[in-house]
Amino acid sequence: MALYSDKVMDHFRHPRNVGKIEDADAVGEVGNAVCGDIMKIYLKIENDIITDVKFETFGCGSAIASSSMATELIKGRPVSEALELSNKAVAEALDGLPAHKMHCSVLAEEAIKKALLDYYTKNNIPYDESIFAGLDEEIESHHD
Amino acid sequence: MYIYADNAATTKTSEAAIRAMTKVMEETWGNPSSLHSTGQRAKEVLEGAREKAAALLGCEPREITFTSGGSEADNMAIVSAAKNGARKNKKHIVSTAFEHHAVLHTLKKLEKEGFEVTYVEVPENGVVTVESIRDAIREDTCLVTVMFANNEIGTLQPIAEIGAVCREKKVPFHTDAVQAVGHVYVNVKEQNIDMLSLSAHKFHGPRGIGLLYAKRGIILSNLIEGGAQERGKRAGTEDIASIVGMVTAMEEAVRTIDEHAALLIPKRDRLIAGLSKIPHSTLNGDPEKRLPGNVNMSFEGVEGESLLLLLDDRGIEASSGSACTSGSLDPSHVLLAIGRPHEVAHGSLRLTFDADVTDEQIDYVIKNVGEVVEYLRNMSPLWFAKVEGRKEFYL
Repeated sequence: MALYSDKVMDHFRHPRNVGKIEDADAVGEVGNAVCGDIMKIYLKIENDIITDVKFETFGCGSAIASSSMATELIKGRPVSEALELSNKAVAEALDGLPAHKMHCSVLAEEAIKKALLDYYTKNNIPYDESIFAGLDEEIESHHD
Repeated sequence: MYIYADNAATTKTSEAAIRAMTKVMEETWGNPSSLHSTGQRAKEVLEGAREKAAALLGCEPREITFTSGGSEADNMAIVSAAKNGARKNKKHIVSTAFEHHAVLHTLKKLEKEGFEVTYVEVPENGVVTVESIRDAIREDTCLVTVMFANNEIGTLQPIAEIGAVCREKKVPFHTDAVQAVGHVYVNVKEQNIDMLSLSAHKFHGPRGIGLLYAKRGIILSNLIEGGAQERGKRAGTEDIASIVGMVTAMEEAVRTIDEHAALLIPKRDRLIAGLSKIPHSTLNGDPEKRLPGNVNMSFEGVEGESLLLLLDDRGIEASSGSACTSGSLDPSHVLLAIGRPHEVAHGSLRLTFDADVTDEQIDYVIKNVGEVVEYLRNMSPLWFAKVEGRKEFYL
Protein backbone atom coordinates (compact mmCIF):
# COMPACT_ATOMS: atom_id res chain seq x y z
CA MET A 1 0.00 0.00 0.00
CA ALA A 2 1.32 3.39 -0.92
CA LEU A 3 0.04 4.90 2.32
CA TYR A 4 3.29 3.97 4.07
CA SER A 5 6.99 3.95 3.20
CA ASP A 6 8.71 0.61 2.57
CA LYS A 7 10.46 1.02 5.90
CA VAL A 8 7.17 1.43 7.81
CA MET A 9 5.79 -1.65 6.07
CA ASP A 10 8.96 -3.61 6.83
CA HIS A 11 8.76 -2.77 10.55
CA PHE A 12 5.01 -3.40 10.55
CA ARG A 13 5.31 -6.78 8.83
CA HIS A 14 8.42 -7.83 10.73
CA PRO A 15 8.33 -5.94 14.00
CA ARG A 16 11.55 -6.06 16.01
CA ASN A 17 11.54 -6.69 19.77
CA VAL A 18 7.93 -7.76 20.16
CA GLY A 19 7.02 -9.31 23.47
CA LYS A 20 7.32 -8.99 27.22
CA ILE A 21 10.26 -8.91 29.62
CA GLU A 22 9.04 -10.75 32.69
CA ASP A 23 11.69 -9.30 35.03
CA ALA A 24 11.78 -5.88 33.42
CA ASP A 25 13.51 -3.08 35.32
CA ALA A 26 11.00 -0.58 33.97
CA VAL A 27 7.67 -0.56 32.16
CA GLY A 28 5.83 2.29 30.45
CA GLU A 29 2.36 2.24 28.93
CA VAL A 30 0.66 5.08 27.04
CA GLY A 31 -2.43 5.57 24.93
CA ASN A 32 -5.90 4.17 25.50
CA ALA A 33 -8.32 1.76 23.92
CA VAL A 34 -10.89 4.46 23.15
CA CYS A 35 -8.42 6.17 20.82
CA GLY A 36 -7.42 2.87 19.27
CA ASP A 37 -3.77 2.74 20.26
CA ILE A 38 -1.87 1.52 23.31
CA MET A 39 1.88 1.05 23.54
CA LYS A 40 3.72 -0.75 26.29
CA ILE A 41 7.51 -0.73 26.56
CA TYR A 42 9.57 -3.07 28.76
CA LEU A 43 13.20 -2.24 29.58
CA LYS A 44 16.16 -4.13 31.04
CA ILE A 45 18.73 -1.64 32.30
CA GLU A 46 22.23 -2.52 33.51
CA ASN A 47 24.80 0.10 34.53
CA ASP A 48 22.66 2.79 32.95
CA ILE A 49 22.61 0.97 29.61
CA ILE A 50 19.39 -0.36 28.05
CA THR A 51 20.45 -3.94 27.52
CA ASP A 52 17.09 -5.21 26.36
CA VAL A 53 13.80 -3.75 25.24
CA LYS A 54 10.48 -5.28 24.20
CA PHE A 55 7.16 -3.81 23.22
CA GLU A 56 3.49 -4.68 22.91
CA THR A 57 1.23 -2.50 20.80
CA PHE A 58 -2.48 -2.36 20.08
CA GLY A 59 -2.87 -0.04 17.15
CA CYS A 60 -2.58 0.66 13.46
CA GLY A 61 0.27 -0.19 11.11
CA SER A 62 2.23 2.95 11.87
CA ALA A 63 1.80 2.47 15.62
CA ILE A 64 3.34 -0.99 15.41
CA ALA A 65 6.12 0.23 13.09
CA SER A 66 6.86 3.23 15.34
CA SER A 67 7.13 0.97 18.39
CA SER A 68 9.42 -1.39 16.55
CA MET A 69 11.68 1.39 15.27
CA ALA A 70 11.79 3.15 18.65
CA THR A 71 12.94 -0.04 20.38
CA GLU A 72 15.68 -0.47 17.78
CA LEU A 73 16.84 3.10 18.33
CA ILE A 74 17.27 2.75 22.11
CA LYS A 75 18.50 -0.82 22.39
CA GLY A 76 22.08 -0.88 23.72
CA ARG A 77 22.03 2.90 24.32
CA PRO A 78 22.56 4.72 27.61
CA VAL A 79 19.44 5.88 29.46
CA SER A 80 20.42 9.52 28.89
CA GLU A 81 20.33 8.99 25.12
CA ALA A 82 17.00 7.17 25.22
CA LEU A 83 15.58 10.13 27.13
CA GLU A 84 16.47 12.36 24.24
CA LEU A 85 14.77 10.24 21.60
CA SER A 86 12.23 12.44 19.84
CA ASN A 87 9.17 11.40 17.91
CA LYS A 88 10.69 13.17 14.92
CA ALA A 89 13.72 10.89 15.05
CA VAL A 90 11.43 7.84 15.09
CA ALA A 91 9.44 9.14 12.11
CA GLU A 92 12.60 10.06 10.18
CA ALA A 93 14.11 6.62 10.79
CA LEU A 94 10.95 5.20 9.22
CA ASP A 95 11.42 7.42 6.14
CA GLY A 96 8.49 9.52 7.27
CA LEU A 97 4.92 8.98 8.39
CA PRO A 98 1.73 10.43 6.87
CA ALA A 99 0.77 13.67 8.69
CA HIS A 100 -2.28 12.15 10.38
CA LYS A 101 -0.09 9.30 11.69
CA MET A 102 2.57 11.43 13.36
CA HIS A 103 0.87 10.88 16.73
CA CYS A 104 2.01 7.22 16.53
CA SER A 105 5.63 8.36 16.73
CA VAL A 106 4.69 10.66 19.62
CA LEU A 107 3.23 7.68 21.45
CA ALA A 108 6.48 5.76 20.93
CA GLU A 109 8.54 8.62 22.36
CA GLU A 110 6.20 8.94 25.33
CA ALA A 111 6.04 5.22 26.03
CA ILE A 112 9.84 5.20 26.36
CA LYS A 113 9.82 8.33 28.54
CA LYS A 114 7.19 6.78 30.76
CA ALA A 115 9.24 3.60 31.14
CA LEU A 116 12.31 5.65 32.04
CA LEU A 117 10.32 7.63 34.60
CA ASP A 118 9.31 4.29 36.09
CA TYR A 119 12.99 3.32 36.23
CA TYR A 120 14.00 6.54 38.01
CA THR A 121 11.11 6.31 40.46
CA LYS A 122 11.66 2.64 41.31
CA ASN A 123 15.35 3.14 41.91
CA ASN A 124 15.03 6.46 43.74
CA ILE A 125 17.24 8.14 41.18
CA PRO A 126 16.87 11.91 41.18
CA TYR A 127 15.72 13.30 37.85
CA ASP A 128 14.85 16.51 36.13
CA GLU A 129 11.05 16.68 36.40
CA SER A 130 10.80 19.02 33.45
CA ILE A 131 11.71 16.17 31.08
CA PHE A 132 8.55 14.33 32.08
CA ALA A 133 6.36 17.34 32.69
CA GLY A 134 2.92 17.02 31.24
CA LEU A 135 3.53 13.50 29.95
CA ASP A 136 0.10 12.19 30.89
CA GLU A 137 -1.71 15.38 29.95
CA GLU A 138 -0.04 15.38 26.55
CA ILE A 139 -1.00 11.80 25.92
CA GLU A 140 -4.61 12.53 26.71
CA SER A 141 -4.71 15.58 24.49
CA HIS A 142 -3.62 13.84 21.30
CA HIS A 143 -7.08 12.60 20.67
CA ASP A 144 -9.22 15.45 21.86
CA MET B 1 -5.22 -16.45 -3.40
CA TYR B 2 -6.76 -13.09 -4.26
CA ILE B 3 -10.16 -12.05 -2.92
CA TYR B 4 -11.70 -8.65 -3.49
CA ALA B 5 -14.05 -8.37 -0.51
CA ASP B 6 -14.80 -4.65 -0.65
CA ASN B 7 -17.77 -4.54 -3.00
CA ALA B 8 -19.60 -2.09 -0.72
CA ALA B 9 -16.82 0.39 -1.53
CA THR B 10 -17.01 -0.22 -5.24
CA THR B 11 -17.61 -3.03 -7.69
CA LYS B 12 -15.84 -4.08 -10.86
CA THR B 13 -17.53 -2.59 -13.92
CA SER B 14 -19.41 -5.31 -15.78
CA GLU B 15 -18.37 -6.26 -19.31
CA ALA B 16 -21.84 -5.49 -20.62
CA ALA B 17 -21.65 -1.99 -19.11
CA ILE B 18 -18.21 -1.37 -20.62
CA ARG B 19 -19.41 -2.55 -24.05
CA ALA B 20 -22.52 -0.38 -23.88
CA MET B 21 -20.47 2.64 -22.82
CA THR B 22 -17.92 2.15 -25.57
CA LYS B 23 -20.72 1.92 -28.11
CA VAL B 24 -22.18 5.23 -26.93
CA MET B 25 -18.80 6.95 -27.06
CA GLU B 26 -18.21 5.66 -30.57
CA GLU B 27 -21.67 6.11 -32.04
CA THR B 28 -23.84 8.51 -30.08
CA TRP B 29 -21.40 11.09 -28.80
CA GLY B 30 -23.60 14.04 -29.74
CA ASN B 31 -24.92 16.65 -27.35
CA PRO B 32 -28.55 15.77 -26.60
CA SER B 33 -29.40 19.46 -26.40
CA SER B 34 -28.43 19.96 -30.06
CA LEU B 35 -31.21 20.17 -32.59
CA HIS B 36 -29.39 18.34 -35.41
CA SER B 37 -29.55 14.61 -36.08
CA THR B 38 -26.33 13.74 -34.24
CA GLY B 39 -27.64 15.51 -31.15
CA GLN B 40 -31.08 14.00 -31.43
CA ARG B 41 -29.69 10.47 -31.76
CA ALA B 42 -27.88 11.06 -28.46
CA LYS B 43 -31.11 12.41 -26.97
CA GLU B 44 -32.92 9.23 -27.96
CA VAL B 45 -30.30 7.08 -26.25
CA LEU B 46 -30.47 9.25 -23.15
CA GLU B 47 -34.25 9.09 -22.93
CA GLY B 48 -34.21 5.36 -23.65
CA ALA B 49 -31.89 4.89 -20.67
CA ARG B 50 -34.18 7.00 -18.49
CA GLU B 51 -37.17 4.87 -19.45
CA LYS B 52 -35.32 1.68 -18.57
CA ALA B 53 -34.15 3.07 -15.23
CA ALA B 54 -37.70 4.16 -14.44
CA ALA B 55 -39.10 0.73 -15.30
CA LEU B 56 -36.53 -0.93 -13.06
CA LEU B 57 -37.43 1.31 -10.12
CA GLY B 58 -41.18 1.31 -10.68
CA CYS B 59 -41.57 5.01 -11.50
CA GLU B 60 -42.12 7.37 -14.43
CA PRO B 61 -39.17 8.47 -16.62
CA ARG B 62 -39.78 12.12 -15.79
CA GLU B 63 -39.29 11.31 -12.11
CA ILE B 64 -35.62 10.44 -12.75
CA THR B 65 -32.82 13.01 -12.53
CA PHE B 66 -29.34 11.80 -13.43
CA THR B 67 -26.61 12.95 -11.05
CA SER B 68 -22.88 12.48 -10.53
CA GLY B 69 -23.57 9.73 -7.99
CA GLY B 70 -25.25 8.87 -4.73
CA SER B 71 -23.83 11.79 -2.77
CA GLU B 72 -25.19 14.39 -5.16
CA ALA B 73 -28.56 12.65 -5.24
CA ASP B 74 -28.70 12.61 -1.41
CA ASN B 75 -27.73 16.28 -1.21
CA MET B 76 -30.30 17.26 -3.81
CA ALA B 77 -33.13 15.27 -2.24
CA ILE B 78 -32.57 16.60 1.25
CA VAL B 79 -31.92 20.22 0.31
CA SER B 80 -34.98 20.21 -1.96
CA ALA B 81 -37.27 18.76 0.71
CA ALA B 82 -35.91 21.26 3.24
CA LYS B 83 -36.60 24.21 0.95
CA ASN B 84 -40.09 22.92 0.22
CA GLY B 85 -40.67 22.55 3.95
CA ALA B 86 -39.34 25.99 4.81
CA ARG B 87 -41.90 27.54 2.44
CA LYS B 88 -44.62 26.07 4.66
CA ASN B 89 -42.72 26.90 7.83
CA LYS B 90 -41.90 23.24 8.40
CA LYS B 91 -38.30 22.99 9.47
CA HIS B 92 -37.99 19.62 11.17
CA ILE B 93 -36.37 16.52 9.65
CA VAL B 94 -36.37 12.92 10.88
CA SER B 95 -33.37 10.71 10.16
CA THR B 96 -31.23 8.09 11.88
CA ALA B 97 -27.87 8.14 13.61
CA PHE B 98 -26.24 5.73 11.15
CA GLU B 99 -26.89 7.32 7.77
CA HIS B 100 -24.16 7.77 5.18
CA HIS B 101 -22.14 10.99 5.52
CA ALA B 102 -23.69 12.30 2.29
CA VAL B 103 -26.94 12.46 4.29
CA LEU B 104 -25.54 13.31 7.74
CA HIS B 105 -23.32 16.16 6.58
CA THR B 106 -26.15 17.65 4.51
CA LEU B 107 -28.36 17.51 7.61
CA LYS B 108 -25.62 19.17 9.69
CA LYS B 109 -25.48 21.97 7.16
CA LEU B 110 -29.26 22.43 7.39
CA GLU B 111 -29.08 22.47 11.20
CA LYS B 112 -26.75 25.45 10.92
CA GLU B 113 -29.36 27.10 8.71
CA GLY B 114 -32.04 26.75 11.36
CA PHE B 115 -33.52 23.31 10.70
CA GLU B 116 -34.02 20.87 13.53
CA VAL B 117 -33.13 17.22 12.97
CA THR B 118 -34.21 14.24 15.08
CA TYR B 119 -31.71 11.40 14.73
CA VAL B 120 -33.66 8.31 15.65
CA GLU B 121 -31.66 5.83 17.72
CA VAL B 122 -30.59 2.62 16.08
CA PRO B 123 -31.08 -0.60 18.08
CA GLU B 124 -28.16 -3.01 18.54
CA ASN B 125 -29.26 -5.15 15.60
CA GLY B 126 -28.93 -2.18 13.25
CA VAL B 127 -32.58 -2.16 12.16
CA VAL B 128 -34.55 0.96 13.05
CA THR B 129 -38.11 0.43 14.18
CA VAL B 130 -41.09 1.85 12.34
CA GLU B 131 -42.49 3.03 15.69
CA SER B 132 -39.39 5.09 16.45
CA ILE B 133 -39.80 6.89 13.12
CA ARG B 134 -43.53 7.36 13.69
CA ASP B 135 -42.88 8.81 17.16
CA ALA B 136 -40.31 11.25 15.81
CA ILE B 137 -42.59 12.76 13.16
CA ARG B 138 -44.09 16.13 14.18
CA GLU B 139 -46.51 18.63 12.71
CA ASP B 140 -43.58 20.61 11.33
CA THR B 141 -41.68 17.63 9.88
CA CYS B 142 -40.82 18.27 6.22
CA LEU B 143 -38.77 15.13 5.50
CA VAL B 144 -38.03 11.63 6.72
CA THR B 145 -34.78 10.21 5.37
CA VAL B 146 -33.77 6.64 6.25
CA MET B 147 -31.28 4.54 4.33
CA PHE B 148 -32.45 1.36 2.62
CA ALA B 149 -29.42 -0.75 3.57
CA ASN B 150 -26.58 0.35 5.80
CA ASN B 151 -23.26 0.66 4.00
CA GLU B 152 -21.15 -0.74 6.83
CA ILE B 153 -23.19 -3.39 8.58
CA GLY B 154 -25.50 -4.16 5.66
CA THR B 155 -28.71 -4.13 7.69
CA LEU B 156 -31.97 -3.71 5.77
CA GLN B 157 -34.47 -1.19 7.07
CA PRO B 158 -38.28 -1.59 7.05
CA ILE B 159 -38.56 0.82 4.14
CA ALA B 160 -42.05 0.00 2.87
CA GLU B 161 -43.46 0.28 6.41
CA ILE B 162 -41.67 3.58 7.11
CA GLY B 163 -42.94 4.79 3.74
CA ALA B 164 -46.50 3.87 4.71
CA VAL B 165 -46.21 5.86 7.95
CA CYS B 166 -44.89 8.85 6.01
CA ARG B 167 -47.79 8.60 3.55
CA GLU B 168 -50.22 8.51 6.45
CA LYS B 169 -48.56 11.55 8.04
CA LYS B 170 -48.18 13.27 4.66
CA VAL B 171 -44.43 13.72 5.05
CA PRO B 172 -42.09 13.18 2.06
CA PHE B 173 -39.91 10.10 2.49
CA HIS B 174 -36.38 9.84 1.05
CA THR B 175 -34.21 6.76 1.13
CA ASP B 176 -30.51 6.48 0.34
CA ALA B 177 -30.66 3.17 -1.54
CA VAL B 178 -27.04 3.24 -2.72
CA GLN B 179 -26.25 -0.15 -1.16
CA ALA B 180 -29.60 -1.70 -1.93
CA VAL B 181 -30.40 -1.27 -5.62
CA GLY B 182 -29.30 -4.32 -7.59
CA HIS B 183 -28.83 -6.32 -4.38
CA VAL B 184 -32.33 -6.50 -2.91
CA TYR B 185 -35.79 -5.83 -4.35
CA VAL B 186 -36.49 -2.12 -4.70
CA ASN B 187 -39.71 -0.64 -6.11
CA VAL B 188 -40.55 2.93 -5.23
CA LYS B 189 -44.27 2.56 -5.86
CA GLU B 190 -44.78 -0.63 -3.86
CA GLN B 191 -42.47 0.56 -1.08
CA ASN B 192 -44.05 4.01 -0.65
CA ILE B 193 -40.82 5.87 -1.47
CA ASP B 194 -41.05 9.53 -2.51
CA MET B 195 -37.36 10.08 -3.18
CA LEU B 196 -34.53 7.61 -3.72
CA SER B 197 -30.80 7.98 -4.36
CA LEU B 198 -28.62 5.42 -6.07
CA SER B 199 -25.10 5.11 -7.38
CA ALA B 200 -24.03 3.02 -10.40
CA HIS B 201 -20.69 1.74 -9.16
CA LYS B 202 -22.25 -0.24 -6.33
CA PHE B 203 -23.86 -2.64 -8.81
CA HIS B 204 -21.09 -3.01 -11.42
CA GLY B 205 -21.77 0.23 -13.24
CA PRO B 206 -19.21 3.02 -13.74
CA ARG B 207 -18.15 5.48 -11.03
CA GLY B 208 -19.27 9.12 -11.22
CA ILE B 209 -22.89 8.49 -12.11
CA GLY B 210 -26.08 8.00 -10.16
CA LEU B 211 -29.62 9.21 -10.06
CA LEU B 212 -32.32 10.71 -7.94
CA TYR B 213 -35.89 9.53 -8.19
CA ALA B 214 -38.31 12.19 -6.97
CA LYS B 215 -42.05 11.58 -7.08
CA ARG B 216 -44.00 13.87 -9.34
CA GLY B 217 -45.06 16.97 -7.43
CA ILE B 218 -41.90 17.23 -5.34
CA ILE B 219 -40.15 20.43 -6.36
CA LEU B 220 -36.43 19.89 -6.80
CA SER B 221 -33.88 22.62 -6.12
CA ASN B 222 -30.79 22.90 -8.28
CA LEU B 223 -27.40 22.20 -6.80
CA ILE B 224 -25.83 23.07 -10.15
CA GLU B 225 -27.07 26.03 -12.17
CA GLY B 226 -26.61 26.41 -15.90
CA GLY B 227 -28.28 24.87 -18.94
CA ALA B 228 -31.72 23.34 -19.11
CA GLN B 229 -30.64 19.71 -18.88
CA GLU B 230 -32.67 17.33 -16.71
CA ARG B 231 -35.79 19.51 -16.95
CA GLY B 232 -33.70 22.45 -15.81
CA LYS B 233 -32.93 20.82 -12.48
CA ARG B 234 -29.37 19.67 -13.05
CA ALA B 235 -27.21 21.65 -15.45
CA GLY B 236 -24.31 20.16 -17.40
CA THR B 237 -24.15 18.16 -20.64
CA GLU B 238 -25.35 14.67 -19.87
CA ASP B 239 -22.73 11.93 -19.56
CA ILE B 240 -24.67 9.55 -21.76
CA ALA B 241 -21.98 6.86 -21.83
CA SER B 242 -22.01 6.63 -18.04
CA ILE B 243 -25.80 6.81 -17.90
CA VAL B 244 -26.10 3.94 -20.39
CA GLY B 245 -23.39 2.01 -18.52
CA MET B 246 -25.33 2.51 -15.29
CA VAL B 247 -28.65 1.37 -16.72
CA THR B 248 -27.05 -1.65 -18.43
CA ALA B 249 -25.46 -2.70 -15.13
CA MET B 250 -28.68 -2.02 -13.26
CA GLU B 251 -30.72 -4.23 -15.62
CA GLU B 252 -28.23 -7.06 -15.15
CA ALA B 253 -28.07 -6.63 -11.38
CA VAL B 254 -31.82 -6.37 -10.88
CA ARG B 255 -32.46 -9.40 -13.12
CA THR B 256 -30.06 -11.56 -11.10
CA ILE B 257 -30.98 -10.42 -7.55
CA ASP B 258 -32.64 -13.70 -6.51
CA GLU B 259 -30.06 -15.88 -8.21
CA HIS B 260 -27.18 -13.98 -6.60
CA ALA B 261 -28.83 -13.91 -3.18
CA ALA B 262 -29.26 -17.68 -3.35
CA LEU B 263 -25.54 -18.04 -4.07
CA LEU B 264 -24.36 -15.48 -1.52
CA ILE B 265 -26.50 -16.05 1.55
CA PRO B 266 -25.26 -19.58 2.38
CA LYS B 267 -21.65 -18.44 1.91
CA ARG B 268 -22.20 -15.31 3.96
CA ASP B 269 -23.72 -17.32 6.79
CA ARG B 270 -20.94 -19.91 6.68
CA LEU B 271 -18.37 -17.11 6.89
CA ILE B 272 -20.18 -15.52 9.83
CA ALA B 273 -20.31 -18.89 11.59
CA GLY B 274 -16.63 -19.49 10.88
CA LEU B 275 -15.45 -16.10 12.09
CA SER B 276 -17.73 -16.23 15.13
CA LYS B 277 -15.62 -19.14 16.38
CA ILE B 278 -12.81 -16.66 17.02
CA PRO B 279 -13.07 -16.01 20.79
CA HIS B 280 -14.32 -12.57 21.87
CA SER B 281 -15.71 -11.63 18.49
CA THR B 282 -19.15 -10.50 17.37
CA LEU B 283 -21.20 -9.99 14.27
CA ASN B 284 -22.24 -6.37 13.77
CA GLY B 285 -25.81 -6.05 12.54
CA ASP B 286 -28.75 -8.41 12.32
CA PRO B 287 -27.80 -11.91 11.10
CA GLU B 288 -30.80 -12.15 8.76
CA LYS B 289 -32.01 -8.66 7.90
CA ARG B 290 -28.81 -7.85 6.03
CA LEU B 291 -27.47 -7.61 2.49
CA PRO B 292 -26.66 -11.01 0.97
CA GLY B 293 -22.97 -10.16 0.54
CA ASN B 294 -22.21 -8.27 3.77
CA VAL B 295 -20.26 -9.58 6.75
CA ASN B 296 -19.15 -7.17 9.47
CA MET B 297 -17.34 -8.51 12.53
CA SER B 298 -15.51 -7.01 15.51
CA PHE B 299 -12.59 -8.74 17.20
CA GLU B 300 -11.70 -7.56 20.66
CA GLY B 301 -8.11 -6.49 21.36
CA VAL B 302 -7.06 -5.81 17.76
CA GLU B 303 -7.11 -2.67 15.67
CA GLY B 304 -8.72 -2.65 12.24
CA GLU B 305 -6.04 -1.01 10.13
CA SER B 306 -3.36 -3.52 11.15
CA LEU B 307 -5.82 -6.26 10.41
CA LEU B 308 -6.53 -4.86 6.93
CA LEU B 309 -2.86 -4.43 6.04
CA LEU B 310 -1.97 -7.98 7.05
CA LEU B 311 -5.00 -9.40 5.22
CA ASP B 312 -3.99 -7.40 2.14
CA ASP B 313 -0.57 -9.09 2.32
CA ARG B 314 -2.45 -12.39 2.14
CA GLY B 315 -4.54 -11.27 -0.84
CA ILE B 316 -7.72 -10.39 1.05
CA GLU B 317 -8.97 -6.87 0.37
CA ALA B 318 -11.48 -5.63 2.93
CA SER B 319 -12.32 -2.52 4.97
CA SER B 320 -12.71 -1.51 8.60
CA GLY B 321 -14.53 0.99 10.76
CA SER B 322 -11.43 1.81 12.80
CA ALA B 323 -10.48 5.46 13.24
CA CYS B 324 -7.18 4.86 11.47
CA THR B 325 -8.96 3.89 8.28
CA SER B 326 -11.61 6.59 8.48
CA GLY B 327 -9.19 9.51 8.39
CA SER B 328 -10.71 10.86 11.60
CA LEU B 329 -9.96 10.19 15.22
CA ASP B 330 -13.26 8.50 15.91
CA PRO B 331 -14.17 5.04 14.74
CA SER B 332 -17.21 4.31 12.60
CA HIS B 333 -20.28 6.33 13.56
CA VAL B 334 -22.37 3.34 12.46
CA LEU B 335 -20.79 0.97 14.97
CA LEU B 336 -21.01 3.60 17.71
CA ALA B 337 -24.68 4.13 16.80
CA ILE B 338 -25.50 0.46 17.38
CA GLY B 339 -23.85 0.76 20.79
CA ARG B 340 -20.44 -0.77 20.19
CA PRO B 341 -17.79 0.69 22.53
CA HIS B 342 -14.99 2.62 20.78
CA GLU B 343 -12.41 -0.12 21.09
CA VAL B 344 -14.78 -2.73 19.65
CA ALA B 345 -15.49 -0.40 16.74
CA HIS B 346 -11.73 0.04 16.20
CA GLY B 347 -11.46 -3.74 15.84
CA SER B 348 -14.03 -4.13 13.09
CA LEU B 349 -13.70 -5.82 9.72
CA ARG B 350 -16.13 -5.44 6.82
CA LEU B 351 -16.11 -8.06 4.08
CA THR B 352 -18.48 -7.45 1.18
CA PHE B 353 -18.68 -10.05 -1.56
CA ASP B 354 -19.76 -10.33 -5.12
CA ALA B 355 -21.84 -13.31 -6.27
CA ASP B 356 -18.82 -14.99 -7.85
CA VAL B 357 -17.13 -15.67 -4.49
CA THR B 358 -16.23 -19.36 -4.10
CA ASP B 359 -16.38 -21.76 -1.15
CA GLU B 360 -12.59 -22.04 -1.30
CA GLN B 361 -12.30 -18.28 -0.92
CA ILE B 362 -14.63 -18.31 2.08
CA ASP B 363 -12.50 -21.04 3.70
CA TYR B 364 -9.37 -19.04 2.96
CA VAL B 365 -10.87 -15.92 4.58
CA ILE B 366 -11.95 -17.83 7.70
CA LYS B 367 -8.49 -19.37 8.12
CA ASN B 368 -6.52 -16.19 7.46
CA VAL B 369 -8.65 -13.80 9.51
CA GLY B 370 -8.31 -16.24 12.41
CA GLU B 371 -4.53 -16.35 12.05
CA VAL B 372 -4.08 -12.61 11.69
CA VAL B 373 -6.35 -11.82 14.66
CA GLU B 374 -4.40 -14.27 16.80
CA TYR B 375 -1.08 -12.81 15.66
CA LEU B 376 -2.17 -9.24 16.45
CA ARG B 377 -3.65 -10.24 19.80
CA ASN B 378 -0.31 -11.76 20.73
CA MET B 379 1.31 -8.34 20.56
CA SER B 380 -1.62 -6.38 21.99
CA PRO B 381 -1.27 -5.04 25.54
CA LEU B 382 -5.04 -4.49 25.52
CA TRP B 383 -5.64 -8.17 24.79
CA PHE B 384 -3.25 -9.27 27.54
CA ALA B 385 -4.88 -6.89 30.01
CA LYS B 386 -8.21 -8.59 29.29
CA VAL B 387 -6.86 -12.13 29.34
CA GLU B 388 -5.10 -11.44 32.64
CA GLY B 389 -8.25 -9.96 34.14
CA ARG B 390 -7.00 -6.38 34.50
CA LYS B 391 -9.66 -5.22 32.04
CA GLU B 392 -13.12 -6.54 31.28
CA PHE B 393 -14.04 -8.17 28.01
CA TYR B 394 -16.88 -6.50 26.14
CA LEU B 395 -17.51 -9.45 23.84
